[in-house]
Amino acid sequence: MGAAGHYAVPRRQDNMPSHDELRPGGDAARVSPMTARFGQNTDAAGTSLQTHMTSTLLAVIARILSGASVRWIDSQPDTCQRVYFANHTSHLDAIVLWSSLPQRVRALTRPVAAKDYWEKGGVRRYMARTFNALLIDRTDIKVHQSPVDLMLREIGTEQSLIVFPEGSRNTESEIQDFKSGLYYLAKKRPDLELVPVHIDNLNRVLPRGEFLPVPLLSLVTFGPPIWLENGEAKTDFLERARKSVRRLKDL
Amino acid sequence: MPDRETLSLIGGVLAILFVATTIGQRLKRSPDVGINPALVDAFNLRIRAWWMMCTVLAGAVFLGPPARVATVVVFFFISFWALREFITLTPTRLGDHRALFWVFTAFTPLQYLIVGLGVEEYSLLFSVLIPVYAFLFIPARVAMAGDYKRFLERVAKIQAGLMICVYCLSYAPAILSLKIPDYDGQTATLLFFFVLIVQLNDVLQFAWGKLLGRTVIAPAISPSRTWEGFIGGVASASLIGAALFWATPFTPWQAAGMAAVVSVMGFAGGMTMSAIKRDRGVQDYGTLVVGHGGVLDRIDSVCFAAPVFYHLTRYFFALS
Repeated sequence: MGAAGHYAVPRRQDNMPSHDELRPGGDAARVSPMTARFGQNTDAAGTSLQTHMTSTLLAVIARILSGASVRWIDSQPDTCQRVYFANHTSHLDAIVLWSSLPQRVRALTRPVAAKDYWEKGGVRRYMARTFNALLIDRTDIKVHQSPVDLMLREIGTEQSLIVFPEGSRNTESEIQDFKSGLYYLAKKRPDLELVPVHIDNLNRVLPRGEFLPVPLLSLVTFGPPIWLENGEAKTDFLERARKSVRRLKDL
Repeated sequence: MPDRETLSLIGGVLAILFVATTIGQRLKRSPDVGINPALVDAFNLRIRAWWMMCTVLAGAVFLGPPARVATVVVFFFISFWALREFITLTPTRLGDHRALFWVFTAFTPLQYLIVGLGVEEYSLLFSVLIPVYAFLFIPARVAMAGDYKRFLERVAKIQAGLMICVYCLSYAPAILSLKIPDYDGQTATLLFFFVLIVQLNDVLQFAWGKLLGRTVIAPAISPSRTWEGFIGGVASASLIGAALFWATPFTPWQAAGMAAVVSVMGFAGGMTMSAIKRDRGVQDYGTLVVGHGGVLDRIDSVCFAAPVFYHLTRYFFALS
């Protein structure tokens, strides 16, 4: 686990722990998450401490910039394994959602993001590493290496995920149909709590295609977790999940 | 060190606040008095806002010039937050994004920078930056974005937000830079007097309305604002203003007149912001900010009263 601090970037295959180590019940499952992230090597720990401070700093900036208030409705912050799924309208969604979580939950939670976008350019790559993002290759999906399997391997039995099931940022006012990844996550790991999150007004802070933010006020609402019901069909589940996010907008 | 008048003014206000806080806390702890708990909470929230305002203004009085800068900075943040609330609740389109960016990052700080410098030569720039330059910039920038749908309406909304939340409010800290004969170094006290009268008038109009209110002025806009409350509030605020003349450069009659004008403007501000809120279908500007009353709800009357108070003082009492 020497330089495990870098394992968030799948590109650097040489530094990643083998997948076996991260499989539930594997060695990594017994390592505390902080050790898993920061590693024992002092050098790596130094860089990771810096990463940790940078991520905290960026989270604070994102919170101030987005003026985000956070509500938990019939739901509580918890370090148990969860999948936070939210509507997607802005590049700031992931960081604002992530920074809305309490520190100890945040340390265990990884945003899922598109590899083709977040590996372009040094700044993006640095950001992805800072937030311990789990990068998924949208262009190169193979049968034996499905994104859902990759996500489940990466999170082991400790970490949680932030996903945006609409697939890409939405410019319409209504939430788009969800992609099926959430269903397969729920099916393969029925123990994961699926927490709906609604993000309001962030599309006006940083709309699609803009790079300068306008510091308006936004609202992040966490709802009660849902699970895949016994025998529930894929489309029914995905529609129910979409509605569980949509519902939070009007509360 | 501030003079005896200033000290007694601040001391008096602190005493009143202390009593009000005690009453508020006691009401909160005994729910069986028969008063609506929401009303008690609103009261306590208002008291807290008062403590904050009072601390800032008293700081300005005690510290002198460095605190003048601090006061301007505090008002800048209040303006900035109020503008956030205003624009957040006002629908804008993607085409307004760049114009809004400059409104927040250029015009708002620049306005307060000019106020903060407090140089007499800049007073013209201070009074035209937003009503002229921002006024012209906003529609031009929105037009360049290429979206003409409801153009005039969108532009007007941004202009109104900037005027009310930034331009009008910036007149309050500008009071600190007024040069008034025989009133050297006491402008902080005058600012204190102004904010005190505006806020007291808010409370008094509410109180008189509860006691005697019968004729509602505009039920569709605000069911709690009555002619009785309005007249009672203005009259009693004027009396308090006259009683506090010793802290100002005014005679008792002048102080009463100033307090009356400020009260009427404060009422106008509350009425206008209520109308905007009704149109947007919200209870208050703080709805998006859970657990806080909106900043804009607290300062709407100050925004409307500040320019008038500043100009009257400047033209009739100050050297220009």
